[in-house]
Amino acid sequence: MSTASVPLPNWINYGLIPLLNLTLAFVISGLVVWLIGENPFEALKLLLIGALGRGEGIGFTLFFATNFIFTGLSVAVAIHAGLFNIGSEGQAYLGGLGAALVALALDNYLPWYLTMPVAVIGAAAFGALWALIPAWLQAYRGSHIVITTIMFNFIGAALMVYLLVNVLIVPGKMAPETRTFLEGGQLPKLDWLLAIFGMKLGAAPFNFSFIIALVMCVAVWFLIWRTKLGYEMRTLGISPSAAAYAGIPYARTVIITMLISGGLAGMMALNPVMGASARLQVEFVGGAGFVGIAVSLMGRNHPLGIVLAALLFGILYQGGGELSFDMPNITRDMIVVIQGLVILFAGALEYMFRPAIVRLYQSFAKA
Amino acid sequence: MTDNPAIELTGIDKKFGPVHANKNINLTVAKGSIHGIIGENGAGKSTLMSILYGFYQADSGEIRINGKPVAIKDSQTAISSGIGMVHQHFMLVENFTVIENIMLGAEGGALLAKGVASARAELKRLEQDYGLEVDPDAVIEELPVGLQQRVEILKAMYRGAEILILDEPTGVLTPAEADHLFKILRVLRDQGKTVILITHKLREIMAITDTVSVMRRGEMVATRKTAETSVEELAELMVGRRVLLRVEKGEAHPGAVILSVKNLTVKDNRGVIMVDNVSFDVRAGEIVGIAGVAGNGQSELLEAIAGIRQPVSGEILIDGQPIGKASPARLRELGLAHIPEDRHHMGLVLKFEEYENSVLGYHRDPKYGRGMMLDLEAIRRDAQEKIEKYDIRPPNPRLKTANFSGGNQQKIVVAREIERDPRILLIGQPTRGVDIGAIEFIHKRIIDMRDQGKALLLVSVELDEIRALSDRILVMFAGHVVGEKTADAGEQTLGLMMAGIAA
Amino acid sequence: MDSIDILISILGSTIRLSIPLIFTALAGLFSERSGIFDIGLEGKMLAAAFASACIAYLTNNAWAGLGAGILISVALSLVHGFASITNRGNQIVSGVAINFIVAGLTIVLGQAWFGQGGRTPQLMAAGRFGEIKFPYAEELRGSGYLGKFYADVISGHNILTYLAFAAVPISWWILYRTRFGLRLRAVGENPGAVDTAGISVTWLRYRAVICAGILCGFSGTYLAIAQSAAFIKDMSAGKGYIALAALIFAKWKPVPVMFACLLFGFLDAFANFMQGKQVPGIGEVPVQIFQALPYILTCILLAGFIGVAHPPKAGGVPYTKER
Repeated sequence: MSTASVPLPNWINYGLIPLLNLTLAFVISGLVVWLIGENPFEALKLLLIGALGRGEGIGFTLFFATNFIFTGLSVAVAIHAGLFNIGSEGQAYLGGLGAALVALALDNYLPWYLTMPVAVIGAAAFGALWALIPAWLQAYRGSHIVITTIMFNFIGAALMVYLLVNVLIVPGKMAPETRTFLEGGQLPKLDWLLAIFGMKLGAAPFNFSFIIALVMCVAVWFLIWRTKLGYEMRTLGISPSAAAYAGIPYARTVIITMLISGGLAGMMALNPVMGASARLQVEFVGGAGFVGIAVSLMGRNHPLGIVLAALLFGILYQGGGELSFDMPNITRDMIVVIQGLVILFAGALEYMFRPAIVRLYQSFAKA
Repeated sequence: MTDNPAIELTGIDKKFGPVHANKNINLTVAKGSIHGIIGENGAGKSTLMSILYGFYQADSGEIRINGKPVAIKDSQTAISSGIGMVHQHFMLVENFTVIENIMLGAEGGALLAKGVASARAELKRLEQDYGLEVDPDAVIEELPVGLQQRVEILKAMYRGAEILILDEPTGVLTPAEADHLFKILRVLRDQGKTVILITHKLREIMAITDTVSVMRRGEMVATRKTAETSVEELAELMVGRRVLLRVEKGEAHPGAVILSVKNLTVKDNRGVIMVDNVSFDVRAGEIVGIAGVAGNGQSELLEAIAGIRQPVSGEILIDGQPIGKASPARLRELGLAHIPEDRHHMGLVLKFEEYENSVLGYHRDPKYGRGMMLDLEAIRRDAQEKIEKYDIRPPNPRLKTANFSGGNQQKIVVAREIERDPRILLIGQPTRGVDIGAIEFIHKRIIDMRDQGKALLLVSVELDEIRALSDRILVMFAGHVVGEKTADAGEQTLGLMMAGIAA
Repeated sequence: MDSIDILISILGSTIRLSIPLIFTALAGLFSERSGIFDIGLEGKMLAAAFASACIAYLTNNAWAGLGAGILISVALSLVHGFASITNRGNQIVSGVAINFIVAGLTIVLGQAWFGQGGRTPQLMAAGRFGEIKFPYAEELRGSGYLGKFYADVISGHNILTYLAFAAVPISWWILYRTRFGLRLRAVGENPGAVDTAGISVTWLRYRAVICAGILCGFSGTYLAIAQSAAFIKDMSAGKGYIALAALIFAKWKPVPVMFACLLFGFLDAFANFMQGKQVPGIGEVPVQIFQALPYILTCILLAGFIGVAHPPKAGGVPYTKER
């Protein structure tokens, strides 16, 4: 008999299996480290110290995690409605445009706390807009949203480069970026938050967007499990035929879901653009949209799981960066390898251990 | 031809987890005969044939072909043992030509060129010998269903099948196409081939088989010579000697027309017309039953009235007002409730907790939350009340719906739809896969609804159920309503009408 | 330079830029026609580029480099197959994972082994696929446009270029004229039909992804040791995705795949040519338009505005015969 339909208790499904998958990803990462002639355990130690050892490290870790919370939520919202949005990368990129336009327009006139709500709306609106066309194509023309969102990542990248090189660039400067925002267009650092725990933030760009990300986690949780729309999204995601029976409009639900998903991805831009560099730069997203897929998968599409997974990836990012200082043989790109391995084992090979675990579980249950 | 039987099965046993699909099956099929296997949905017919074709492995038992024991471990072995199968859902590559489909898996070499020539010659021969005409260069998706099925038969013959299994072959055919199929099957038999026909349609069994075996709940209950049995006997064997359902009900007092259907034509997903110019009324305080063999348009009719499927032409009126393209949500507001035929794919989201399903389709009702929000407390309280009132077990609204038994799942749907106090209730297969206790309960609720003056439209393939509940009976055949009878119409009369023989 | 000279020079670079696209899109063709979506084309190409550059450097033999490129790319295909065929995992996620792993690993290993910031050392001539001069190319160059076309567009490419153009009819022949091709096309449309015909769906799909691996091996090798003389980090630069777009734009058919790749290659070559040039009445045309155009065209096609593109019906869906 097949093992796929055997129900397993939650502690196995949500605890043991992800843990095994993660462990395997790290064991293989360790092998890579060993292969290039370094001590994996030493590397792990350095990575953890780099990410969590000091206030500044923690600040960076949380800064990176903030990006991943946004993109993870973006992917998760779409998955709940049965849509695979791999365009969070491009939606975040466009979101940066929205945030930057608001900041450029208002930073001279308003304090940050008044600019911020407008910027949140701007970032979300531009991100949502970039998701709207693939959503429309899926809803009304049946074009596969996975493919169209990939295409839109590239179209978005080309558009942003064009705008930065030709339109938004500071006249007379070479770098394709906007001018630096004034204080009214920057999000304040959360040094006080770390100070509560007696730590110093140092140069880490850990900023107010983290709070916005947490608010969005609550909002997404609320949306999915406490609203009528969320109920409709979940129905559509699990059983399109039941959704049709229940009178849940397909096209409208697809489009609204993608707007929300794109909006969340767009908000990611607040963190690097207004929270860290105080200007819009090319390629500021840096793959965070794709990491969002892994974060959402590992977090089982639940905001709490997403926060945990985002922290894990934040640790990898920051710790990996520090590691490359201490072990020059290991470049920052090691993080990308580990990410890929985590995506492979926790995502695509999610069920690799399941049959074996089911057999073990059944033999224990019988005994 | 008096030597060994074509097929001998002994002690075939197969379990799918807790489901015992085949229990110790013994079956002998004589060479050069058409052997019918009949039984209700879920009786285990398809599983048995899938084992014979190597799609599943039996847990125990022996298969002999022409007297020799064979271990059929995959379809390849079945094919080389001379078994061919025409599946209920055709196993054709739709954008391939006929000849490509026929050659698939029997290409006759690594390059196609040589095989194509010999395949053409062989097709020509099959066409002449058995009257299996089809254009070898036609693309499958452009062929009518009947011809697609012929390609399936050709596929089997091309591989040298001596034994041909057909799984519910007429479900998708028009009566004319079905007659043509039977003609072909007779030719095959007369040429010495063995045909096994799986069906739940009694008419087909009587019309074409030489021998018939009856399956019920995973068991082989009887084998008869077709000439020596009758529709009545087979029907009884199929359903078992179960207590005849007698539902206590008084006189109906029909009121005004609530639901009317006028000249309705509906196509299925493949674009085939399934409901053809159908008209009828349902009045307040009556149950109109639609009898018919599965697949004669009842499902599409229900879906059209429920707003799930857009009709091609004709109209549906509620209180004399055409509903136009009203969505299922809007129809619910108009007081139309719907117990769908397929609770697993439509009526319930099996991964949801019970209480979430208790509001499916009504989740926008302000009762279950104001504005955009869901009031989970209210929904759970409501679900708990229904659980108590309908005795749904286990009485836990937080349990995953998939973990309820079939009868209790159906009660979840019935409770949801009836407790809305609708004016019109569409009911599809209310007791399919439901235990006896739940059947009685559900039937009683349906009668109560009628007595409260609701308009009820009931679709069921269980003739007993239709006769026990309905005040008027419409019979559907091949997309048409072929006649209307009162509730006291005899089973035989209705059976003949359902078979499209007499009105 | 008159306009015909310009055209010939653009066509020459169109060919050079199209070759990796053709190999990669054909790779995608084999995989996707068998029902396995492959957005890991990019990663496979990059891995092959890295492996071929390393081995070509160590052995000073271009063919050894090609062999290594194919080997590593096939290995990644098997990983993708293990995830999406054997374990029935999500094919998109598996592809994303492979792209990540390769993007990081090529740099990590390159830096660890060669210490040149992710580059591999410059190759000698024997470690590369050099240009092949056709007979009389030089003599004919001067003799009018046709001669120039012969010398600069037809002649003067490396062996892999000619192999890429040969791969198109070969792929067509395999898909439409062999038993393997028939079965491969069938399994991408209706795996049930293949299974009931007594053919193993799993093994068939594995062979399809192996074909994809071999072809990506060629494209990566081309990038590193034919077009360039070393591996440079992230040198595939999204070509895997453009190839994917070309595959869709060509509606999953081999000969149109070649034309789509040539079109997208031409857009790229044209963009390079137009960089910094003024168009009368418009001014400078932004290169980004040309960069985005393959994707825009593909989306328009997907929306059904220019014909309808039907992806293989069983694409992206793991096969289960259980109920």
